[in-house]
Amino acid sequence: MTADGTKVVAGVTPGKAGEKLDEIPVYSAVKDAMAEHRIDASVIFVPARFASAAVREAADAGVPLIICITEGVPVLEMIHNYSYVQERGLRLIGPNCPGLISPGKCKIGIMPARIHKPGGIGVISRSGTLTYEVVYNLTMAGMGQSTCVGIGGDPVIGSNFIDMLKLFEADPDTTGVVVIGEIGGEDEEAAADFIREHMSKPVAAFISGRSAPPGKRMGHAGAIISGGKGTSEAKVKAFNEAGVPVADKPDEIPGILAELLQAT
Amino acid sequence: MKVHEYQGKQLFGEYGVPVPVEMVVSTADEAAVAAEKIGGTVVIKAQVLVGGRGKAGGVKLAKSPDEARQRAAEILALTIKELPVEKVLVAPAADIKQEFYLGLVLDRNTKSVLLMVSKAGGVDIEELAVSSPDEILKLPIDPVKGIQDAELKKTLSAVFETPKMLEQAHDTVTKLYQLFVEKDCSLVEINPYGLVENETLLALDAKVNFDDNALSKHPEIEALKNLEEYSADEIEANKHGLSFVSLDGEIGCIVNGAGLAMATLDIIKLYGGSPANFLDVGGSSNPEKVLNALSIILGNPKVKAVLINIFGGITRCDDIAKGILMAMDQIDIKLPLVIRLIGTNDKEGRKLLADRGLEVAESLSEAVEKVVSVA
Repeated sequence: MTADGTKVVAGVTPGKAGEKLDEIPVYSAVKDAMAEHRIDASVIFVPARFASAAVREAADAGVPLIICITEGVPVLEMIHNYSYVQERGLRLIGPNCPGLISPGKCKIGIMPARIHKPGGIGVISRSGTLTYEVVYNLTMAGMGQSTCVGIGGDPVIGSNFIDMLKLFEADPDTTGVVVIGEIGGEDEEAAADFIREHMSKPVAAFISGRSAPPGKRMGHAGAIISGGKGTSEAKVKAFNEAGVPVADKPDEIPGILAELLQAT
Repeated sequence: MKVHEYQGKQLFGEYGVPVPVEMVVSTADEAAVAAEKIGGTVVIKAQVLVGGRGKAGGVKLAKSPDEARQRAAEILALTIKELPVEKVLVAPAADIKQEFYLGLVLDRNTKSVLLMVSKAGGVDIEELAVSSPDEILKLPIDPVKGIQDAELKKTLSAVFETPKMLEQAHDTVTKLYQLFVEKDCSLVEINPYGLVENETLLALDAKVNFDDNALSKHPEIEALKNLEEYSADEIEANKHGLSFVSLDGEIGCIVNGAGLAMATLDIIKLYGGSPANFLDVGGSSNPEKVLNALSIILGNPKVKAVLINIFGGITRCDDIAKGILMAMDQIDIKLPLVIRLIGTNDKEGRKLLADRGLEVAESLSEAVEKVVSVA
């Protein structure tokens, strides 16, 4: 992350206080690090068993932006974590996500920075590597990105599509947005309604899982079609009705966006 | 993770939710003995992890132990939605005066445990939700606050009209909720929740699903896992830490990341091919995983070609390439392999493969087009 422009001021590992990693001081607790530095964000890589405790610790210390990369956090724990972070007026991204990057400025996550390029496209995704695929196609087509956020593949996550769409709509550096959704839940449908009502910037979408069988969990804990809800058809329909074109393949996205941007 | 009705009812029993006196058996003779012990008319129910067993002939009445033996034999010979029936539950045929529905489900939209209650129990609740949604009353329970008794009473009193029934339902929901949060369930359902003699309400069925992410916290629940829920390949893949789902096509797939894996399957279909599986090798850089993934996929006789699609982030392309080469040394690979490598250390990975005469595609569309044409 330091190589990609991020100012990492402190690390936290219980029992490792006083040590240094690549010249970065390590503390035993988030509050100890907060006492010594100005901290804008915290990124959590701890194993699933300890992830909830880490999210709460960061929240207790008042870190404004908490990004949880960890996969496999129990859903009921996440509901508690969500309330905990909300009550304190903080923002949580993830869990089960690649983090976020503003190319050329800052990266808080695990994505390969070199496939990105600074520019005006905002990317919001429930996936990790699929986001890289889309970003790679944008970069190859000469379309740089303002910020790319992986919001996570779990059923309950800290921030959803709408939370991110609001930020991109308000961001002067963003000219257009790509939403990468997948089967399961109804977040994409809600995002489609929001886009129709509140977004002035053009949005293109991609939905993965069109060929998934119902009832089976496709890797992501959130990617399951149950009781006829959460199907790709419903999501594609919702986007189309909101005037958001849905690409069939990731490499179609740059062309679709270019057309939308030209029309505005 | 799903469990059988009888396992769900055992959990209900542990939490004090009233269930009928019944026995689970795995042979026709044992069913006859169970019917004898229970006495009177019994109902014999197939224990399978899918819905719709009644329509498939998996639920039958028997008036005598002999008839129970016969009916159990018929049911044990069934295969319902590809799952063979291995156990049956023998229960007294209750004189049901009315059937209700009770369910708790983890609801991602409201971020709550959603209680659903209906007077129209005994039918497919998902059909009911579409045909007459007003018949299902809903109450979101915030897990941070727990059940609010006054709210619960208000919801339940619209369905359970007498004080005795209301009291029983209130107690049952409270206990089900306790089970739900203590064992990290994703669904707990009683359908039908039956009214029998003496105005008694009983759980006449049980459907309990668990959050896979929480299984490591509950070894006693993980021990209930029924391997028939998964295909042999899924079980093998799981042992090696691979996320795998069997599908019925011809193109084996190895991808890193669940979203990209799903998108890869979609694009294979878009180009007219049919995927044989979903496989996410995960974010680690262990060449062994690629070897294991390839051996599982090549063991599937339906597979005609294999697509490996890797977009390296924390996964390093050179490690994936090493895994592919390791597999080539250890397994005789006769099928066409189409490989697409990009991202972290892709140059190194491509070089390793090129040195062994393997071609590597750069774009996903190109790779998919190729694998569909050779399959």
